Amino acid sequence: MTFTIPIDNGDSVKTAEADSQRTLYPYVTGTSIVAIKYKDGVLMASDMGGSYGSTLRYKNIERMKAIGKHSLLGASGEISDFQEILRYLDELVLNDNMWDDGNSLGPKEVHNYLTRVMYNRRNKFNPLWNTLVLGGVKNGESYLGMVSMIGVSFEDNHVATGFGNHLARPILRDEWHADLSFEDGVKLLEKCMRVLLYRDRSAINKLQIAKITEEGVTVSQPYSLKTFWEFKAFNNPTAGAEGSW
Amino acid sequence: MFRNQYDTDVTTWSPTGRLFQVEYAMEAVKQGSAAIGLRSRSHVVLASVNKAQSELSSHQRKIFKVDDHIGVAIAGLTADGRVLSRYMRSESINHSFTYESPLPVGRLVVRLADKAQVCTQRSWKRPYGVGLLVGGLDESGAHLYYNCPSGNYFEYQAFAIGSRSQAAKTYLERRFESFNESSREDLIKDAILAIRETLQGETLKSSLCTVSVLGVDEPFHFLDQESIQKVIDTFEKVPEEEEDGGEAEAEAAAAPTEQGGAGDQDVAPMEM
Repeated sequence: MTFTIPIDNGDSVKTAEADSQRTLYPYVTGTSIVAIKYKDGVLMASDMGGSYGSTLRYKNIERMKAIGKHSLLGASGEISDFQEILRYLDELVLNDNMWDDGNSLGPKEVHNYLTRVMYNRRNKFNPLWNTLVLGGVKNGESYLGMVSMIGVSFEDNHVATGFGNHLARPILRDEWHADLSFEDGVKLLEKCMRVLLYRDRSAINKLQIAKITEEGVTVSQPYSLKTFWEFKAFNNPTAGAEGSW
Repeated sequence: MFRNQYDTDVTTWSPTGRLFQVEYAMEAVKQGSAAIGLRSRSHVVLASVNKAQSELSSHQRKIFKVDDHIGVAIAGLTADGRVLSRYMRSESINHSFTYESPLPVGRLVVRLADKAQVCTQRSWKRPYGVGLLVGGLDESGAHLYYNCPSGNYFEYQAFAIGSRSQAAKTYLERRFESFNESSREDLIKDAILAIRETLQGETLKSSLCTVSVLGVDEPFHFLDQESIQKVIDTFEKVPEEEEDGGEAEAEAAAAPTEQGGAGDQDVAPMEM
């Protein structure tokens, strides 16, 4: 299972062995997640792509999943680590349900549990290579938080991962306000996803929007955004610089 | 209960299906001084009688804060009680750390019961000799549980354990149906009145009892002597004043500090 590669430097042999035991870089990755609080709960959007480096290899990956009765988890980063996290949470939710005592894990509890897991892995230099978005509603209170692969964790009214931080959040800072209606929330998320589609190389035009309210989680069917490529600047792009492409 | 050949080991059954060591452990609870608990929909009150080894010493602590939303009152071997309280505090704080959320008292109580059960099924252990009244909050409101050395636990509206707890239980049995809707103040008053029942004639003073409260908007804390005395004053008239209907405590010239009464002249020093 572990191979010792014969190398001159005695130390490297040990390092090669040890390195195969921990995550060094991600392989199949998901791109941004964008999420906002709205009137009835939380809305989250993600595309369905899984990139293998620069190849857009997988186009049907669901990067948002319901957790228990009250939470919704979205992940960007390494897809296999996301699947591992879903297994941990599955066990957590199962044990919680087995108590059968009227108490249940809310989004705050799940978020903090994930923070502990991510931070502990980071301390062992073996991170789960994800940025997670956790949204939920419990007892009428909406919750939206984020955890990164190094264990940085916080709550906010709107969050985004990866490229979303740079492209989507400025839009949200300007246009988000409390008590957005469902339609306005979806419009706002679509605006962000459209920018990401134009500008993020690893984004694909197949997205899902998930909503979580007191009643529960619904994940939409995948759909595409309308794009517009007839901007004047795109016509004859080399007009101002002959010979360039 | 008499000595017999099946009572040496906790892992030995008697022919009638009893584990005598466990039952003896429950006897130890009955020897400790009284502790009572009552709850309403939103509050739990735990109270205990202060007993001191001698006039020279301070009294034994029998009520412990486990967390802002959980408290425990013990009766029996207080050393065992302290150890279990430490366990409860540990479980509570570990849960808080991982989930940023208070541990539901019902789940803590089950862990405690399972821990006690282990001691009834290992030949190298002995059962914990302490009964615990655990009061706390969870999503469904306020709860009061009693954990037994046998590993059983029960939920109660109100309960009393320890010596002369039967007197308190009788008092509580008369009143418990109204506790769910009681106000915080009435609950405290009932707790102190129940404590008074266990004193059987002794003058009720705030120095003789410890009272603690926790509630939906109120973290666990002890009431100070002054507040307790104020409540006592509402139903106990000072002996000098002769008012009709006042409790004439002047007659209670009985030994004020000793445990007068049935069977516990020889209280083992480790039991309180």
